[in-house]
Amino acid sequence: MTIEELEQIAKGVQLENAKYEYEVNVCMDLACASQGAGLLRDALVKRADASGKKVLIRKTGCMGPCSSGPLVRVDPDDTLYAKVKDSNAEAIIKSLGEKPVAELQCDLNEHFDKQVRVVLENAGHIDPEKIDDYISRDGYKALLTALTEMTPNGVVHRITESGLRGRGGGGYPTGLKWGTVAKASGDLKYVVCNGDEGDPGAFMDRSVMEGDPHRVIEGMAIAAYAVGATKGFIYVRAEYPVAVSRLTTALREARRRGLLGSGICNTTFNFDIEIRLGAGAFVCGEETALLASIEGRRGTPKPRPPYPAVSGLWGKPTLINNVETYANIAPIVRSGGKWFFNMGSERSKGTKVFALTGRIKNTGLIEVPLGIKLWEIIDVIGGGVPGGHKLKAIQTGGPSGGCIPADMMNLGVSYDALMAAGSIMGSGGMIVMDDTSCMVNVARFFVEFCMTESCGKCIPCRAGTAQMYTLLTRICEGTGTMDDLELLIELCGTVKDTSLCGLGQTAPNPVLSTLKYFKNEYLEHIVHKRCPAGVCNIAGATAAEPAPAEVLA
Amino acid sequence: MAAFTPPPLPSDDKRWKIVAGTMRKNGFARHALIETLHTVQSSFGYLDDDAIRFVARSLRVPLSQAYGVVTFYHYFSLKPPGRHTMTLCAGTACYIKGTDKLIASAEKHLSLKSGQTTRDGQISLMTARCVGACSRAPVMICDGEVAGEVTDEQLIAQLERWAVE
Repeated sequence: MTIEELEQIAKGVQLENAKYEYEVNVCMDLACASQGAGLLRDALVKRADASGKKVLIRKTGCMGPCSSGPLVRVDPDDTLYAKVKDSNAEAIIKSLGEKPVAELQCDLNEHFDKQVRVVLENAGHIDPEKIDDYISRDGYKALLTALTEMTPNGVVHRITESGLRGRGGGGYPTGLKWGTVAKASGDLKYVVCNGDEGDPGAFMDRSVMEGDPHRVIEGMAIAAYAVGATKGFIYVRAEYPVAVSRLTTALREARRRGLLGSGICNTTFNFDIEIRLGAGAFVCGEETALLASIEGRRGTPKPRPPYPAVSGLWGKPTLINNVETYANIAPIVRSGGKWFFNMGSERSKGTKVFALTGRIKNTGLIEVPLGIKLWEIIDVIGGGVPGGHKLKAIQTGGPSGGCIPADMMNLGVSYDALMAAGSIMGSGGMIVMDDTSCMVNVARFFVEFCMTESCGKCIPCRAGTAQMYTLLTRICEGTGTMDDLELLIELCGTVKDTSLCGLGQTAPNPVLSTLKYFKNEYLEHIVHKRCPAGVCNIAGATAAEPAPAEVLA
Repeated sequence: MAAFTPPPLPSDDKRWKIVAGTMRKNGFARHALIETLHTVQSSFGYLDDDAIRFVARSLRVPLSQAYGVVTFYHYFSLKPPGRHTMTLCAGTACYIKGTDKLIASAEKHLSLKSGQTTRDGQISLMTARCVGACSRAPVMICDGEVAGEVTDEQLIAQLERWAVE
């Protein structure tokens, strides 16, 4: 495979597509599929055949605004239809070449205007099961450019220059990590993709793996070239069967095209990827636990150093990055580090994909330049909180993150700003809470999660989260005392400081951040034995009625 | 050293051949333990003692280690599932949208706790950490079919349909 051959394939796809006058793209992602996108697609195919018009019906990955699903986009006019039913198929096919179907058109301009699509540039535009579709949108060009025109060092340099930071949540500079693995000695090195998206409330990685799997593979291959690895693993949750099947297809296709395997693109570079299934353990998102799981063992973490970059899979130097990090690589190699560096904020470059969910009008997948204000995400892209309810907090970072209160909506979304606010960027779950959520209960929910997911290797996490859960339960049930609260705060510090891995070290975050911003809710439960949001079942409690602020201060 | 001969298949059930296929594909390497257990579970629906023993012996992994792996990961089940399975997502977005009430309601309707199967073996009630369909929360999966924005009525109706089958 050469650049010319890639261009040939791309041209072939264009010629093939030119046979059709219209393209009807149907989003087949989980959210749309659960609303009948499959039936809709069948109906569209039937109607298109019957109409005699030259229509290409394409199954695509996630288009973004899931709450408006099932979504259909008609090209070349770029008309987006929302909440389409199979009974609408006839009208849509009939409208081709005429006026769009007005009643199905959705007004999501504001939703899209604030977004910048880098990682999601192909989502909704290509059939994820067709490698040629990916190639027709500049796919694998970056890999070929890297292999034929750049040195491995040059690639590492470009990634460093871009300022890309790890998208799994930690935010470690990607270029620096790559440089460390590249410098590590040893002729056998591994590249691992962390697709164990365990954060409840996050589905960015699932959508990327399902909607544009080749992007991940290309990113990994470039990484392997840069660090000198010959073997890669993608670790995917078993709960994502569609992602597994799409990746399996994509790997087979890439091998068939000579983009994986030995002597890739007539160079001496050899690289292949295997898929490994997770088995439902949140802790396996932690890199050393993930590596143990790939080796077929219990997913328990190891103390670092040594870091995987030096001694990882089977003791060999291992580069481990998140799905979204790899998905950013090809565009950076293609368009240059400076292009990426110019997007985003001071110390957080580029864009970030978020899964916007919870009490918000437009739920779904969004991609925004870092530095964007929280209110822009909530009010403009998200369309605000529905049902006349009041925004209370935004939860980011999953069980390792925290809650940002409604009065901090002017916060710019970046690694550092979120950290300073007591939360973390995390992998990109963004859950909106309104006045129907009790923050003590939310904290208890996350602690319960960490307690069940603790691997049990170190005591602070195993026993600490269990004690935190007991204390929080007592407070939620109205039997907590001020001493319990004090003990809880002390325990949070101990668990945070002394746990072995990220799971335990961050488990207290949801408690600490809700205590920081919503202490009055804790006090309401303890002092007045009532739950202001009316969520907790407190025996003998009367209807919630907020206590005067001065009592609580 | 004599070449390793894997133990004979536990029975002539064809599904064992699929399991053996996974192990062969991975060269009977120890690190194929989790992959193999996945194959057993997807073929048989769960992992019983015989299966774990067979896999451990075939991959030359201590039985304690195999059992340790099986019980460590939530995805693996030691009990056979019911004829139908309802999985309620208990991820954060679903929790914010009231999945706990749905779980309580299903538990009450079936008189069991989540993770259990009805006595007649008809329905298993499970919870999931997150299935990644958060934008449609609360979410339930009925025999693999994902349904979003689930209401209590919908859930009970589904359980009643299954019960009379």
